[in-house]
Parts: sequence; structure tokens; C-alpha cells
Amino acid sequence: MMTERLCRVARRPRGWIQGAGRWTALAVLAMVSPVPVHNLHAQAITAVSWGGSYGRAVNEGVNIPFTGTTGIRVNVEDYNGGLAQIRAQVSVGNIHWDVVDLEIADAVRGCDEGLLEPIDVSFLPDGADGTPAAEDFVPEGLTECGIGQLFWSTVYAYNADNIPGEKPATMADFFDLEKFPGRRGMRRVPQVNLEFALIADGVPLDQVYSAMNTREGLDRAFRKLDTIKDQVIWWEAGAQPPQMLADGEVVMSTAYNGRIFNAQVLENQPFVIVWDGQLLDVGVLGIVAGTPRLDEAMRYLAFATSAESQARIGRRISYSPARRSGAPLVTTHVAAGVEMAPHMPASPENARRALRYDWEWWVDNQDELNERFSAWLAR
Amino acid sequence: MTAATGAPTAPPSPARLLRGDTLGRFAYLAFCVLVFVFLVAPIVVIVPLSFNAEPYFTFTEGMLRLDAEAYSLRWYREILENEVWTRSLVNSLVIGVSATALATTLGTLAALGLASAAMPARRLVMGLLISPMITPVIISAAGMFFFYSSIGLGQTHLGLILAHTALGIPFVVITVTATLSGFDSNLTRAAASLGAPPLYAFRRVQLPLIAPGVISGALFAFATSFDEVVVVLFMAGVEQRTIPRQMWAGIREQISPAILAVATFLIVFAALLLVVVAWLRRRGRG
Amino acid sequence: MIGSGRERFRALALVLPLLLFILVTFIAPLATMLVRSVHDPVVADALPETLASLAEWDGEELPGEAAYEAVARELVQARENRTLGQVAGRVNRLESGLRSVFTRSARSLRDVTDGPWRGVLEEIDAAWADPATWHAVRAAGQRFTARHYLNAVDMQRLPGGSVARQPEERRIYLPLLWRTLVVSAVITILCLALGYPVAHLIANAPERRANLLLALVLVPFWTSLLVRTTAWIVLLQTQGVVNDLLLAIGLIGEDGRLAMIYNMTGTIIAMTHVLLPFMVLPLYSVMRAIPGQYMNAAASLGAKPAQAFFRVYWPQTLPGVGAGSLLVFILAIGYYITPALVGGSSGQLISNMVAYHMQTSLNWGLAGALGGILLAGVLALYLLYDRLVGIERLSLG
Repeated sequence: MMTERLCRVARRPRGWIQGAGRWTALAVLAMVSPVPVHNLHAQAITAVSWGGSYGRAVNEGVNIPFTGTTGIRVNVEDYNGGLAQIRAQVSVGNIHWDVVDLEIADAVRGCDEGLLEPIDVSFLPDGADGTPAAEDFVPEGLTECGIGQLFWSTVYAYNADNIPGEKPATMADFFDLEKFPGRRGMRRVPQVNLEFALIADGVPLDQVYSAMNTREGLDRAFRKLDTIKDQVIWWEAGAQPPQMLADGEVVMSTAYNGRIFNAQVLENQPFVIVWDGQLLDVGVLGIVAGTPRLDEAMRYLAFATSAESQARIGRRISYSPARRSGAPLVTTHVAAGVEMAPHMPASPENARRALRYDWEWWVDNQDELNERFSAWLAR
Repeated sequence: MTAATGAPTAPPSPARLLRGDTLGRFAYLAFCVLVFVFLVAPIVVIVPLSFNAEPYFTFTEGMLRLDAEAYSLRWYREILENEVWTRSLVNSLVIGVSATALATTLGTLAALGLASAAMPARRLVMGLLISPMITPVIISAAGMFFFYSSIGLGQTHLGLILAHTALGIPFVVITVTATLSGFDSNLTRAAASLGAPPLYAFRRVQLPLIAPGVISGALFAFATSFDEVVVVLFMAGVEQRTIPRQMWAGIREQISPAILAVATFLIVFAALLLVVVAWLRRRGRG
Repeated sequence: MIGSGRERFRALALVLPLLLFILVTFIAPLATMLVRSVHDPVVADALPETLASLAEWDGEELPGEAAYEAVARELVQARENRTLGQVAGRVNRLESGLRSVFTRSARSLRDVTDGPWRGVLEEIDAAWADPATWHAVRAAGQRFTARHYLNAVDMQRLPGGSVARQPEERRIYLPLLWRTLVVSAVITILCLALGYPVAHLIANAPERRANLLLALVLVPFWTSLLVRTTAWIVLLQTQGVVNDLLLAIGLIGEDGRLAMIYNMTGTIIAMTHVLLPFMVLPLYSVMRAIPGQYMNAAASLGAKPAQAFFRVYWPQTLPGVGAGSLLVFILAIGYYITPALVGGSSGQLISNMVAYHMQTSLNWGLAGALGGILLAGVLALYLLYDRLVGIERLSLG
């Protein structure tokens, strides 16, 4: 087939030998040249975040000013949450991530497994108003290995152009295929989806986690998910839901609230966030245990979790600071000029029907549910 | 291809026979046209979309009206100005060229040995050398991840070069072996009997004759490395990101039409490769 | 003959560098992975004394204080060595829920200096009072195990040592393997149906046109796989080009837009596109060699076209059909990238499960076992191919 075609290629070419000489020279050059040019600067760390518009906000709000102040270059890597990549790096002893933006449950589990460095609070700078760091952070913002960064929330959103007539308003509507037919986007993890399923199934907000403590409650959640399973497109990266909503690939999707907000204000997308049943969580930063760049990583973490840095991110995407002194610094969106406060997930208006993410529950149950969820998905 | 009724009066051409009557022939041609559309359309469609002024993957109404406003070069500007893309291009080229050079050198030598009738265990050796092509790449990538990490070559350019060399070698071995099968070894002997040293005889007699196979093999090896993403996914760190790895991230993580602009570049590149192969072929005949 | 000895040496000397290279850069990695599917020393290395004290345990009652003391010490040690996560993860696979028991115990034990350790551990978590926990520790402590292969075919070893099928809701690998085979077969048949007429057209066209048509087959062949996959996303999405087209010609309504991507349909369409050239090329090279006189002869002897085709033409193309089909099938069952990008959750194949266990669940032993099974299947098909077609004639994969 192809070989045969290629054998028909030139039978009597001329002057090829010089060509071969040149090729060899080029190859030798390529082999001996100092290939990993960027590695030569020791003063570089790898900061891992969640990509997309949030990644850009972190880059502008933290990474660029950090390099400006310290001269330490920041390599940016994106991931989609979870501990797998850190575990893999520690297991094979090849650590190339330094600072990671984590969900709090992962930070606690990672700490327990010895995957993350413990962090001394005294290393963190005071708040913008002079409050010592230990009092400036919200309580869950200071765990042994994870330092609080931002409040963020998982909500669901829809594209108003693609839903004519009555619009969805409650969590139950998300699961109601009769009232709102069409495909749904959901994150490909068990967390949040189980809570949403129970809320939609009529479990009061304050009883969601006690329901999940029972076998029947979990079965109930999976049964509810079963009702829409064949209409779900599973996303992994936070950048996907706005894309799928804009493309009309789904009529509604769960999403990180900041991504939807940025699509609204920066791209004028007719997206609407449904705050009913939103799951509010704190994002934290942690340092991978055993990194050879521990000093630089600590400096980065201290810089990134300062009130000023948190506020700089908060002025670029609607996630609010985990430090109390950071909140007043978040005024308007740097590019769109929109007042940020009403768009924050923790604002009184939006948080009326919010559920606080019970990360302790997930610390204990994540693995079991990951397994059950992936088996459920594969069936 | 519906069967015609009744035997044809005169012996028609074989192609005609297969096609049957005019209706059948029409259906046959239409079907083939559709298959060609299926093969080529996806690639063609990408090109205009890369000039989309909007940050999404669909044809906007403006584009359909051929409104100049709806088209823009913003994604091309974005990839050219974005250090991430330029760096990954450098990585792709460094890894691709090095792997190609290694694979071509080692592969050509081995093919020369394999062509000899005296080569012991020929089938087994051939099987081993071709195995990287047969093995599902996910399995190769998984094994390489463990092995290269354990010898300290995880997340290095050298590790990726070695891995891509292994993946490219079968193409070189196959193409060069195929060329050699039509090679008259009497020529080398003749050169030797005229007093030519072996290396000289090789360079002046054998190499020019097998050159087409060598070049084709090299092109295949390069194309393999240049398009390889799975091994890179498992083995590369941020510093070794290649173009396909960046595209993968583009499709999976951070969707942006900039990847359509990159795709357009790659389509042009593929077309160039095709032209080079065709040109080599013609030159060979002349 | 002296000459042949020298010749033999020369041939070996030429082949040897590459052979060594492949053995080191390719075969050794494969071997590492296969070894991992049966060999796992992590728990045995981290909890040696615990396992030693479990050696004489009857498996009925709880083990003695020695085991509790050893495990308490070794868990704290494992946490300091940063292997605790790996140990806990492995035990967790045998008894769900134990990961957090282990990590929580290790954390709490840091502040405890005295026994009795059984009491201390049972206080931390009631799981330590359950023999099942100790069964899991003992099983995970085996350096060599067939567990992953059992798991890969939806079986499990019960504490008593007998082998049984997994419970209904955990049987996922055999159905997935079956799905992979069925999908590969469907793709092979589609490629044959689409590729046969096209190859015939090219083989019988005048040379200039044949070259042009061949180029149309080869352009996608040379184009980056990721480019082609991206193209299919653009084409097949709900608001994509194909749906727009169907809408414009009135085949579907606005509400009837087809879901052709992020599901099995997407996987099949995109993979058929990717693999079609591998069918067309061998068919073409076989068809080109079939002299036209045969069909003429059949016709002049009064055969109907269909008869002539099935009696005369088709049998002569069988080598090409066999080569192309086997090649497409081999490539399809090991495919990863396209299903991962356009397959959604229903369009995943066995390779994607290998990737999942490599990258997400980090169950590397199971990934190795699934990979080993896949590799064995591919090798068997490859040997068949070698017998039917010959490896020398194989190219491009």
C-alpha cells in the first residue's frame, strides 16, 4: 500500500548525499544544543491553576506582578482539579509542579497523604488593614497545607437565546427534561452533582449532607442523575461550559460562576446564572511536597494569598477574597467597569439559597464515590 | 450498484461492467463523490472558520453573507504573538528533527542488514523492530511513562526524542527494506571488485539507489513525531509541550478558535509534505 | 563458507544498534508496564512488620496486639516517607473506604505515644475492629498478584481465596471490551463499504485523474490527527455545519438538531474518517493489479454484471479486503485520541479506560492488566496479518 507507493518514489535521484550530510549536521546540532533553554533559569516555578478566563485572571492578578516584584518566572500549567497528577508525580519521584490551586477537600486529603507541604501561618503577610494573617482569613482558609484564596461557587447557567418562553429558575428545572428538553452539561466528577441531584429531588438544603451519609440518600442521588444521564455532556475544564452554552451544544450547564460572569461581561453572551442551590466553596493554594523549589514556591504562595493579590483576581473574575481585608479592595471589573459585589457568589442576594460545600464530608468519601461514579458512568 | 437486466450485447469495459446500467453508474459515481466529500470536507471547512471574528467554532451569519467584518486575522495574530505557541513549535521541531535523524540513521543501517540473506532470525527481528507501530500507542505511552521516569528521563527533551525515535523507526525500516528488495547487490560487488572501499561503495552506489526509501521513511518518521500527542501527554512537562499537545489542551481544556488557525497551518504543512512525496516520485521516474 | 560467515556478521552488526535501541527505548518500557500488572511492592515495602505479624493470623478473629502496634508505627513512618497515600490507595481498592481510614489514622497517631494500640486505633476508626480491614491489608501486601487481571475481566478473589464474578454494578471491563470489539467491527465494515467503490474508481481511472483522486485520499492521511478531530467537532456539534445544512434543506427542524458528537456516533464517524485511507490504499494496490480482461472474458461468456463482479472481480480483491480490514480493525481497537475528544461518556473505548487508570484513578496495576489484554489481542491479530499478508507489505500505522 503506502510502502508500495513510496517505493515508486525516485529511483535515480542526484545530489542526495550532500543533502544527507546537511541532515546529519542538523540532527547533531539539535542533539547537542542546550535543548531545555527555559530550564536554565533556576529562578522559575510552575504554578498550576484551572485555565480559561480564571487562569487569565490569576496570570494578570498574581503571576505577572509576582515576576515583576521578585524576578522569579512563573510557568503556568492548567489542570482540572483532583489529586491524581500530584500523586503520580510524588509516586514516580518526578516533581515538576510547585504551587497548585486546589479544592479544599483535595488540599486536606493531599495533606493527609503527605503530598503537600505544611504551611506555617507566620509566613503569610498581614492583611491589607494590618490584621495578622491568622485572623484575616476565613476559618477554612487556614488548613495545615492549604491556604485560602477565593470563594467560588458551582451554579448552573443557561443561554437565554436558546431557551424560548419560560426560563429555568430552580435546581429542579435543571433535571426537568419535559419542561426544558435538551442536553445538559455537568462536570465529570461525583462532587456537586450528587448535591444538585438531591436538591432537585426535593431534599431541603440543610439536609443534603445528612442524606448523603446514608446508602439510601446516595442511591437516591444516583437515581436522580439516571433520569438525565443520556442527555448529559460531561465537561472537565471550566472553560467548556461557556463554550458549550454559546455553541448551543447544551441548553444548560453546571459551571463555575466566574466563567459565566466573564462570558457575560467580556463577550456579551446572553447567559443567565441560576443561583438556586449553588454550592459555595473556598479555593486554596498548596505546595507539592518534595519540590526542589520550595523557597520560591513559598514566596509565591505568600504573595498570591495576600489580600491585594486576591483582590486583583476578584477584579477580573467574580470570585471573592478568602481574606476579610481583601473584600473592600474589590471594586469594579478592571476591563468592563461593572461593580463586582452583586456578582459574587457570597453576596446576600445570590446566597439566599446557597449550600456550603461540606468539604469534610468529601474528604472522607471522595475515593469511594469517584469509584462508584466512574463505574456508573461507564455503564 | 444495481445489477443490470439481461446480458450486454457487446463486451463492455470492466469498469462499465461493474457499474451496470447508466443509473447504476450514476449511483456509483455519486457515492464515490460523497465519499471524497467525506474525506476532504472536514479539512476544508476548518480553513474559513479560522478567520472567524467571533471566538466560537461556528459560521456566523456575517460569514455566510461574506461580510468582510465577520472575518479577521485575530486568531493568527494571537498564535503568532503567544509565546506558548511559538515555544511549542520550537519543541515540536527540535524533538521531531532529532527523532527523525536518529530513526533514519539507525533504521537505514538495520534495513541494510535485514536485506542480507545471511541475516539470522530475520522474521523475529523484523517483528521487534516494527512492534512500536503495531502496539496501541496508549500502551506504549503508559510503559514509557514508568520506564523513562524511573531512569530520570521523564519530563526531558531527550526522553521524548528517544520515545519518538522508537515510534518512527518502523516507518524507516519498512520503506528502506521495500526499496532494497528491488536492489541488485551485484552493483555493490561490482564496485568492490573495482577496488572501491565498502563505505565509498555504499555512499556512491547503494545510498543513491535507496535514497527515495530513506527520504520517505524520514518524512514518515517526522510526520509521526510532529503529530504525536499521547506519549507527549504522558511524558512531557510544561517545558516540553509540543504543537499537538497544545492543540489537545486547546480542544480539551481551553477552547479557542486559535487552534483552528494552528490547524490551518498544519493543513498547509500536510499539503506540502504530500507535494514533496509526489515530487520525489516524479523525479525518480525522470 | 567463510564469505557467508562474514556476511552474517556484517548483517548482524548493521542491525544490532537498532535492535538494542528498540529493546531499551521500547521493549523495556512495555515490559515495565506488564511487570507492574502482576508485581506491586509498595504495601509490602511500607508495612513489612505488619505483614509479618499477619502471617500467622487465622483470618477469623482480629489479629493480635503485635499487628496493631506494627501498623501504628509503620503508618506514621509511611506518612513521613510520603508513601502513605500510595499504601492507602492500594488498600482502598480492596476495601472501599479504607483510604481515609488510613490517612486519618496516620494523622491522629502522630500525637499518640503509648498503646494499647488496638484500643487507640479502634478509637480513631471502627474499621480497625473489622477483620475485613486486615484482609485487605494482607492481600494488598502481596508482592505478586493476579488480582489486576482478575479485575480486568470483572472477577475478584474472595477473602477465602475462591474466585467469583464482580457484583453486577462493578462489571464494567468486559462490557467495555465487547463494546470496543463491536465498534471496531462496525468501523471496519463502514470503511470497507466506503472504501471499496472509491478504490475501484481510482484503480480504473486514467493515470492523471487517478493521481488526483489518490491525493484526495492522502491529504487527510497526512493531516494532523488533532486537526481532523477538531474538524469533526466543528462539523458535528449541535449548532455545527452539518446540522445547519440539514436544517437549511429542511431535513430537520430547529428542535430536531441531531446529537452527533460527544457520543458513540461521534466516535464512529470520526474514526471511520481517520481510518478510511488505511482501507483504500491496500484495496487500490490490489485492484490496480487486476487485469481488465478477466471481466471482459466473463462478460463475453454471458455473465451478468453482478455475477461477473461476485464470481470474478470480488474474489481477486480479497487479499486487499483482508489486508485493509485487518489493519483498520487492529488500529481501531487500540484507538485513544479520537474517542477521548469526541466520544463523550458513551463513546469511550478500552484504551480510554487504560488512560483513565493511568492518569486519574492511578490504579497502575489495573491499567497494566487492561493494557496487557489489549496488547495480547493486537498481537494475535498481527500474527494473523503476518500470516495472511506478510509484515514486509505492512506499512503505515
